Amino acid sequence: MDATTSPSPDARIARFSRAERWVHRSITVLMIVLIATAAALYFPDISVLVGNRPIVSNIHVIAGFVLPIPLILALASRAFRQDAELLNRFTAQDWTWLRSRDRRSGRIPVGKFNAGQKLNAAFSVGSVIIMLATGAIMFFNSWFPDDIRTGATFVHDWLTLAVVVVVVGHTYKALMDAEARTGMRTGHVSARWAAREHGQWAEEQRLGG
Amino acid sequence: MEPTLPSERNDSPVAPRASAPTSLADPPEAGAGPDSASPSGSPVGRRIVLGMIGLGAVGVLVGRQAQEAITSTVSATVPGLGSIVPAAGGFRIYTVTGGYPAMDPADYRLDVTGNVTTPLSLTMADLADLPQTSMTKDFQCVTGWRVDDVLWSGVLLSDVLAAAGASTTSSALRFFSFDGAYTESLTMEQALRDDVLVATSMFGEPVTREHGGPVRLYVAPMYGYKSLKWMSGIEVVDEVVPGYWEVRGYDIDAWVGASNGRDDEPIA
Repeated sequence: MDATTSPSPDARIARFSRAERWVHRSITVLMIVLIATAAALYFPDISVLVGNRPIVSNIHVIAGFVLPIPLILALASRAFRQDAELLNRFTAQDWTWLRSRDRRSGRIPVGKFNAGQKLNAAFSVGSVIIMLATGAIMFFNSWFPDDIRTGATFVHDWLTLAVVVVVVGHTYKALMDAEARTGMRTGHVSARWAAREHGQWAEEQRLGG
Repeated sequence: MEPTLPSERNDSPVAPRASAPTSLADPPEAGAGPDSASPSGSPVGRRIVLGMIGLGAVGVLVGRQAQEAITSTVSATVPGLGSIVPAAGGFRIYTVTGGYPAMDPADYRLDVTGNVTTPLSLTMADLADLPQTSMTKDFQCVTGWRVDDVLWSGVLLSDVLAAAGASTTSSALRFFSFDGAYTESLTMEQALRDDVLVATSMFGEPVTREHGGPVRLYVAPMYGYKSLKWMSGIEVVDEVVPGYWEVRGYDIDAWVGASNGRDDEPIA
């Protein structure tokens, strides 16, 4: 990556691999399908408007069972595994960053991912697993006692609301930061952006290149 | 979220530090520098995921009780929220046809046929001219959810049957829906109870389209699938003909708490 050898602020730094971007796109499409069909299944007014409940329900179930597949396939990618491990690990600096009022100022140089991104990643993985498990209980409902079915519905319903809040927050953050979107779209970000948003990572890139 | 799990220091499957030399020798596809290939810090992400799975499992186990507590709290504090957010204690809207049939109340007819002296084709106005009855009772679905204290209004089924001169020696009734698919059944004895209603109103408003308007059945003591929506016909017959769900395995006598293998609190 010759870009990383250049100190120019306009230099491009590799941030996400092709596999990671592919996973992100797949999950984006599936999440849009899941949330849209969920709304049509869940809110009475939208249900009546959309109708076709069996079709909507089937699309929701298929998209739900497909959702983990890109994540599992991506485990074959070294870049994905390395980023997953970066997201997993919280340093002392992450806690300081989370507690600070000026966390967006760049005063605390963060690594490739900030603590908010790490929390989002952990919440997302946890949510995918729980939604898949409770969704499967509801889909294969005859295998489970009534109380378990009701309990799975309870968890699936309420976690949905939390997931929607987090997805909206994630989308809002992306809409506010064009260079972050460029990073996920093209795989590269400017050195200037990296230095501002992920100072420690930018420094590692400069030294490591 | 505070992790409540035991330390995972000794069971890290990824062993990031050990993998660092390999990573350095073999550059990644993109992005990761030398330091980021040997991440430091504690695996909080994994603890969050495991903690969520634990909470999710507890939620599945106690979800029924938790949902009941939420339902009663919400209906006491924010009445009406449940009709917008089903998880807050509202109805879940089902249909067996995929659509939600629409009917202009002006065009509506309820046909009462079979073993009757006077076959009827009742308009909304005809129904309004019959004796009106209201009751505030729960709606219990066989899949587990329950909506407390719904105000139902309309005409007792027994009053409709009396108006048609139904033969009370006939043993059963069939009900038909204008969705073209759904049917239901009751015995004559069940149909003559004073908590079985031809409902034209729910919550003090005309029965809405999704709830089976303009006219639906409400069989208080039985699971919700007996309370046929979008009702278009009542036929007085000599023997019970199993309804839509009953030919698919549900109990024909669907008493709440005493059928379908469930132990819900009966609806008094």
